[in-house]
Amino acid sequence: MRKIVMLLLVGLLVVGGAAFAADKKVVTVMHGWPGEQAPAFQKIVDAFEAQNPDIDVQVEIVGRDRPAVLATRLAAGNPPDMTPHPWIGTMKQWADAGQIVDLTGLVDTSEVNPALLPIGEYDNGLYGLFIFPNVKSCVWYNPKVFAARGYKIPNTWYELLALSDKIKADGGVPWSIGLESGAASGWPGTDWIEDIMLRTAGPAVYDKWVAHEIPWTDPRVKKAFEIFGSLFDRGYVFGGRTGALTTNFGNAADPLFNTPPTAYMSKQATFIQGFIKDHFPNLVAGEDYDFFTFPTITPQATPDGSNPILVSGDVVTVFNTGGPLNGTRPEVIKFAQFLTSQEAATIWSTELGELSANKNADPSIFTNPITKKAQEMLMGASYSRYDGSDMMPASIGTGAFWSAILDYVSGVPINTVLESLEQSAVEAYAK
Amino acid sequence: MIRAGRWRPWLFVGPALLLIGFFLVYPALVTIARSFFGRGAQLFGPMVHYVGFANWKYVFTSPVMLTALRNNVLWVVLFTLCTVSIGLVLAVMLDRVRYEKILKSVIFVPAAISMVGASIIWKFVYAFRPEGMPQIGILNAIVVSLGGKPIGWLIQRPWINNICLIIVGIWIWTGFCMIILSAAYKNIPKALLEAARIDGANEWQVFHRIVLPLLVPTVAVVGTTMVVTVLKIFDIVYVMTNGNFATEVIANRMYKEMFNYFNYGRASAIAVVLLILIVPFMILNIRRFTRQEGGR
Repeated sequence: MRKIVMLLLVGLLVVGGAAFAADKKVVTVMHGWPGEQAPAFQKIVDAFEAQNPDIDVQVEIVGRDRPAVLATRLAAGNPPDMTPHPWIGTMKQWADAGQIVDLTGLVDTSEVNPALLPIGEYDNGLYGLFIFPNVKSCVWYNPKVFAARGYKIPNTWYELLALSDKIKADGGVPWSIGLESGAASGWPGTDWIEDIMLRTAGPAVYDKWVAHEIPWTDPRVKKAFEIFGSLFDRGYVFGGRTGALTTNFGNAADPLFNTPPTAYMSKQATFIQGFIKDHFPNLVAGEDYDFFTFPTITPQATPDGSNPILVSGDVVTVFNTGGPLNGTRPEVIKFAQFLTSQEAATIWSTELGELSANKNADPSIFTNPITKKAQEMLMGASYSRYDGSDMMPASIGTGAFWSAILDYVSGVPINTVLESLEQSAVEAYAK
Repeated sequence: MIRAGRWRPWLFVGPALLLIGFFLVYPALVTIARSFFGRGAQLFGPMVHYVGFANWKYVFTSPVMLTALRNNVLWVVLFTLCTVSIGLVLAVMLDRVRYEKILKSVIFVPAAISMVGASIIWKFVYAFRPEGMPQIGILNAIVVSLGGKPIGWLIQRPWINNICLIIVGIWIWTGFCMIILSAAYKNIPKALLEAARIDGANEWQVFHRIVLPLLVPTVAVVGTTMVVTVLKIFDIVYVMTNGNFATEVIANRMYKEMFNYFNYGRASAIAVVLLILIVPFMILNIRRFTRQEGGR
């Protein structure tokens, strides 16, 4: 008897569920944001659903190995409708395989920051809709400690080295670097190389380097690696080479806030605020922690002598889910459109203190002085470039380049590292 | 009756053959075919083209694959020798201890922990903190308390980090070897051992001349099982170093090529290499097993 009741109940649930689902059009989104970004994204979803009661947005969070999960789902023919991601290089491979949708003409991009929009373009199509940027050229420090010790914000690389020497002479350790990131270890170092390349070789050469129009063995690339490596040679880094290789990127800024500080500067994108707030909930943005722009190295590298900035962030890509519309179902496009809107941008920025790619974003939403500064940096830079490693083919940008950083920092000779990278790149860029 | 006799075996074998054909033979053939094609998801998809032996050349000449092959050899030799010999010694020694069951259970426990879980535990054991900071890893805590400098156990190439990884594998699998060998040891008639002792054999002679020869078939089975297990080693390396610092192994490279770089051709070639390496040991294992079963 109990079994029959259970069966009936299960049957009712199935029928009920099906009936419920049939009422609404479903949009599935897969994202990989851990922690506090997930509820913020859910608020955007809630706002969209409130305006579109006939659409049900189902969010799936895959925190680890999302590229692998997506590869499997794509091979099996059941990808989600869309995913926000930073992997421009992988996106191009998806586009080549016809697995994603060209959004040209389907989505109104008039509100997207025109400096960021081209990042999602490929092969005369728009495959990634820029939504949430991050500024990467940030060096974090503890303003109170800097003030107490009379340290000044450096504006050039030489001032930065002088400051590092001074900190060292005072008995401190200038830098904390964290290159460990589980299976993605090495990526924080790629940001260093990219920021240095931008500042020493300039944006034009940077573009060539990312597109593999100059080889990895080019002296300008080698110089960027060597400038990064010089920090270790000069004994600036907390824990030395092994310290950098074993410290998780999320903990790299922590030594700045110990009393007394065990390190004084740490370079990381704006998102590191989330980790700082999580590890030290009592710290106040702008007072207890702040950032300065990674200083200029060779002013002649940019035509107007200004300091270029490195950005990264998330673009939304819509998958070709088959069916008569190949993924261009109106409800999917509508949600993609909503993600670029001022409303979504406002929720994201007010909830998280993060930036948005919406060019009309109201500056008053940036109540956090750090976010405000980063947004001004983003909007004001004459030259900005997207994270190079994310634009390279996956086997370089998320493979050989990461390993090269770890090899180089762990002491493998620079020429060996770059020659091996070049060998992988020749194969990876070949169509 | 004759006709029924002809098809009846197929009736019993058929379902198994179908399942094996679909889930084993078919994928194996597709993988072999794919190892001659370029990247891309579908065998006949838009991006896929015939590349001849390019993937195979990569497998046997690229520096990273050569490192992986070298490390797999290191794993096979060190891991198999240690798990089987330590397992054997424990099986024989613990037989004489009063708390045998408790001790054996304790040694067996790591086998019950998932490989990923064990790897994370050991990542803490090997943890490194810069000099002067409190060490959270027990190994470096010991080193520092003895007046040494902390060591980046998982960074120091090429031997320290690889051996540190292999130790994790040994820790997980020794208990398994011990249990099987212990069961075989207990099956040896005690009268044999006593007879030898009465004849004046010392304990080493008893072990060397009587116990070991009788255990050879079991040691061989356990040994080949360990070789097959370790050839496929993935989890420990993936979790602890992801193949960085020259700790790459074949299976981890296969995963990277397939799921991170979407290069199905290369991943397939690596998979076939792994298959070819494992087959002889499987045959050895099956042969011995059937001989043993036939002897009963």
